[in-house]
This record gives sequence, C-alpha cells and structure tokens, in this order.
Amino acid sequence: MTRKPAEDSTKFAPVLAARGLTKRFGGVLAIDHLDLEVAQGEILGLIGPNGSGKTTFFNVVTGIYGADSGSVTFGGADITQASPQAVYHAGISRTFQRSRLSLPLSIFDNIMIGNHKRLNQRLWFNLIRRDAFKREYESSFHEARALVEVFDPPLANRMFEAVVGLPMIDRRRIEICRALISQPKLLLLDEPSAGMTHDETTQLMNDILEVRDRIPGLTIVIVEHEMGVIERSTDRCVVLNFGRKISEGTFTKIAADRQVQEAYLGLQ
Amino acid sequence: MESILPGAVALALATAYLIVLLRVENQNTILALLGVGIAAVLVANWLGWLAPVGRSFGEREDVLGLLAIVAAIVVASYFHEDHFVLLLLCTVLLYTVATLGLNVQFGYAGVLNFAGASFFGIGAYTAAVLNQHTAIPHLIVLLIGGLMAALIGCLLLLPVLRTRGHYAAVVTIAFALLLKTFLEVNDVLGGPQGLQVRSMNVLGWSFNNNIEIGGLRLSFYTSYFATSLLILIGAFVLVRRLERSWIGLNLDALRLDETAAGCFGLNIVRWKVTAFLLGNFLIGIAGTLQGMVVGFVQPNNYTFADSLIFVSILLLGGIGNPWGVAVATVIVVIVPEKLQVIQEYRFLLYAALVMMVLLFRPEGLLPRPVRSYFPGWRP
Repeated sequence: MTRKPAEDSTKFAPVLAARGLTKRFGGVLAIDHLDLEVAQGEILGLIGPNGSGKTTFFNVVTGIYGADSGSVTFGGADITQASPQAVYHAGISRTFQRSRLSLPLSIFDNIMIGNHKRLNQRLWFNLIRRDAFKREYESSFHEARALVEVFDPPLANRMFEAVVGLPMIDRRRIEICRALISQPKLLLLDEPSAGMTHDETTQLMNDILEVRDRIPGLTIVIVEHEMGVIERSTDRCVVLNFGRKISEGTFTKIAADRQVQEAYLGLQ
Repeated sequence: MESILPGAVALALATAYLIVLLRVENQNTILALLGVGIAAVLVANWLGWLAPVGRSFGEREDVLGLLAIVAAIVVASYFHEDHFVLLLLCTVLLYTVATLGLNVQFGYAGVLNFAGASFFGIGAYTAAVLNQHTAIPHLIVLLIGGLMAALIGCLLLLPVLRTRGHYAAVVTIAFALLLKTFLEVNDVLGGPQGLQVRSMNVLGWSFNNNIEIGGLRLSFYTSYFATSLLILIGAFVLVRRLERSWIGLNLDALRLDETAAGCFGLNIVRWKVTAFLLGNFLIGIAGTLQGMVVGFVQPNNYTFADSLIFVSILLLGGIGNPWGVAVATVIVVIVPEKLQVIQEYRFLLYAALVMMVLLFRPEGLLPRPVRSYFPGWRP
C-alpha cells in the first residue's frame, strides 16, 4: 500500500500544534522549545533515539505532565494545561509504551474503559434503570465487538476472557481498540511494536492502516523505533534528539539526513 | 435447570451442615464436624465438584440468591426459640453487610479502610443517641446511621484522596484510634462505659418482645433477624448492580491503573469519593442495627482489632466477590463462638487463617470471576 506523500499537508490547518513546548525534569530538558504540527488526517511518525523526548511529548500533550513553557493547541483550542480527562474529552486518545491494560479485566471491560465519555455514568442510570443500562450495554458490546473484529475476528469471540492470558499482539490490539472506541480525532500510538516479533509488528501495522482507512479523518501520531513500521505507514516524520526537532519530512528525506544518521548511528 | 442443580445441592448441604454445627454443643463433636467440613470441601475440590457449583452461581444467581434467602430463613426457623443462635445469625448478616461496604471501598476502588469498625460504631452510637433522645422512627434511624458514617467518613476524604496504598491505610488506622479515644473521653456519649441502646420499635411493634403465634413461640431476635436479612438483601443487590455497571468498571479501572484511567476521562476523585461514601454508608447501616440488636454500645466494641476482622473476612472470602464475603463471614463469626477453646485465641485464628489464604489461595476462598454484566447473557 502506498500512501500519497504529504507535501501538501501543511496547507491545511494543523489539528495538533506545539509551539515552543518545553518540559524540564530537574536539570534535564526533556523537550526543548519544540515546534511541531500535525495535519488533519495524516500519519506522523515521531522518531528519535532513546530519551529524545518522544514519550514525554505524548505525556505533555495528554496532560499527564504539565508543560514548563510553550503551548499545545488541538483543533484550535489551547490544551497546554488541560487535565488528562479534558484532553480525552477533547478527542485525543492514546496507547502506552508499556501496555497498560487492566489485566484481570475482560477484553470487553478494557475496551469500555476507553469508551468512558460515551457511556452514561450516572448512579441512577447504572443502579436503578437496569433496562436502559442493558440497552446501552448491548449496543456498546456490538460496537466493541465489531471493532475487535477489524483487527482479529477470532478475538471477537473471546470478549469476556481476562486480558491477562493473551499474547502481546492481542494486548496491543485491545489497547488500540480501547483508544479507538471513543471515536477520537487524534490517536497517539506509543511504540506499538514494543515487545513483539517482526511478523506481529507487520500484522499490527496492517491493522492500523486498515483502521485509518475505515475512519476517515483520523489523525495518528506514532512513536516507533522499528524503521520498517515508520517507512510503511507514515506520511511524514519528525525526528527528535535531546528534546529538539532535528529533521522533518518524508521518510526518504529524513533517512538521507546526515544529522539524523548521526543521532541514530553516531558519527561515521 | 441443569445449571441450577449443582449450586442448589451445595446450598442445601451447606445449610444442613450449618444447622448441625449450630446445634451441637459438645466441643469434641464440633471439632470433628469442622474437620469433616474442611475435608469435604477439599475432597470436593479435588474431585472437581466445586467448579460446576461456581458456574451455576455465576449463571443462575437470581434463582440461587432466592434459594440462599430461603436457606437463611430455614436456619433461623430451626432455631426460632434459641436467643443465642439467632443473635449469632444476626451478627453474621450484619457483618456481611459491613464487609460488603468494605468490599466496595477496597475490593473495587482499591481504597484501603482499616477503620471499618469505627464506622460500624458510628452507626451504633447514632442509634443509641437518636433512640434515646428523639422520636425518629427507627427505620429512619437506620438510614441516618448510615448517613452519619458516610458524613463522618468525609473527614477522611482529603487524606484518603491525597495518599495512596499503605499511606492511606495508616490514615484510616489513625482515625480508628482517634475515634475510640474520642468516645472514651466524651461524657455525653457515655465515656468508656458506653450507652444503652433502646431496642428497635417499628410501627408500635417492639422488637424486644418474644413473638407468640398460636402457641408457637419465637425469640425476639427473630424480628432482628428478619430486618438484618432484608438489609443484607438490599446491600447485596446494590453491590451486585454496582459491580455490574459502568461504575463498577470505573472503580476497577482506577484501582488497577489510575494514570491510564485518567487518560480515558475517568474522574478519579469523583469515583473514589463515591466508593468510599457508599461503603461507609453500608457499614454504618449495619452498625446501627447491630447497636440496637446488642442493646448497648461502648468504645471497646469498635476497635482497630474489630476493623481487622472485617478486613480478614474480605481477604478470606475473596476480594470483590459478595458470595465469598458471605461464606467467610459465616466462618469467621460462627467458628470461634462454637469452639470455646478458640474464643480467647480468635485473633490468632484469624491471623493464621488470613496467612494461610494469602499463601495458598491469594484470591480468597471464592475468587472473583471476570465481570459479566448480565449473567447468562449471550451476544
């Protein structure tokens, strides 16, 4: 599958934009005056050596860490100081580098955690109006099941199995389903290939591309070390090193960039 | 029908066993009975007979729940004249309610509460004061007792929300000690001697009189038993519905991973507070009625050690499983009462039991199954 190059993507208003974003941990600048734009509908690869600030960027965007200076806007609204809850409600959802599913809970339960904003959370509805609750439950179940089916049809028959017994690839899939079920506008994938074999990674990438094609307008940012994944799936890449953006462009372009080669491989 | 059968048989056997155990007085016979009971469970487990029982409780909880109510009534009717046994049964029912409250807090939301007995006591003291000085109908006093426990529990909210894990536990332990000291030095609340609690009176019918129906004489504790059973049924249904709803899911999510839950919009404070208050409300209601059943309250009845009993019931039964809580309460309350040898060593017994469980069956006697929102529901 070839994707059209995203040379023209900057013509559109960016869906996510960071301006001069800075995050310090003690004396370490994890993110250093970062300017970054993600265009509507694109798949952006965020790469860089370990410790270059990729995950910190996700954590600042999603409100887990507060930024020290600079700003983040999403769809035009400032979300720099927004709480994780507010960021989620605005339409950003994410996966985690080390899979953070609730292991004793079922596949369905885990996906429903991601569906929080679309479920009726009132006490009266949940405890007393069981008929209405059952209707919401049934429609949510079918929706979750359909989503899992996109990734792995056999898995959709095991919705009430605890996640703890599943292999890593299935856990990743469920994590992505958990992030997608609320129909976000922006999906942040933090190293989806971590802990998986090469084949599994390829499968998962196909899944992600398929999901992107099914949900028009979904914007995705992927943090990834696996260059094959980045090459195949992204429209555009941003390379970070020591919290700064050192290169930006299509994969071919950044792969040829001397600074990027130095950051990854050391001086040659 | 087939799936009901194993559960119904197990329930019937357990009921019969309980009646025999409560009936027998001879200490050696009781010891032998307990041995037989433990052996029977182990053998049944070894033969794989317990799995179908669990399945049938999982799938047909509606019917088996009704049967369990019938079983409780059968046991109570068998001992309708026996004050001591009925008092014991009331204690079992009310401790189950209190532990269900603790289960909402700790089992679901992961909020440790080592002051369970304090909130139980707050309920009982509410009963003592209100029944003495006001004419508030006693059924309403039950509600007020629950609300008082929840309200005073609010004092603990800030520290409980700001601390996690062990630290939160220490805060609740401190509260338990503070409350006991407060009760001891407070003369209005009777100081160390405590207060009398007027017995329950519903619509002019005093719970302190024995009941006589056409020559059949029932212990006055029968009324208390019936009330306790009704409260337990209410609490059980409430906790069950809570677990099998999005709210139960929220509580699990925040217990297992607060950060991830926050990233999916979950308001951590809201749900921790909900679980903590609801749990205390249940504990408080149980305590209020228990105060009226026993007839007096004193600080020494609601110590840290008593809180530990609730916690051990929860650990023993299976954290998060209401049926486990019920079974464990029966064991923890009845065994020491029947085995006088153990009486003085009961805390030793609890400690040993909890350690055995944590070592050999960390999820408790009846581990909590994966949530099914509507048992028996198929897509």
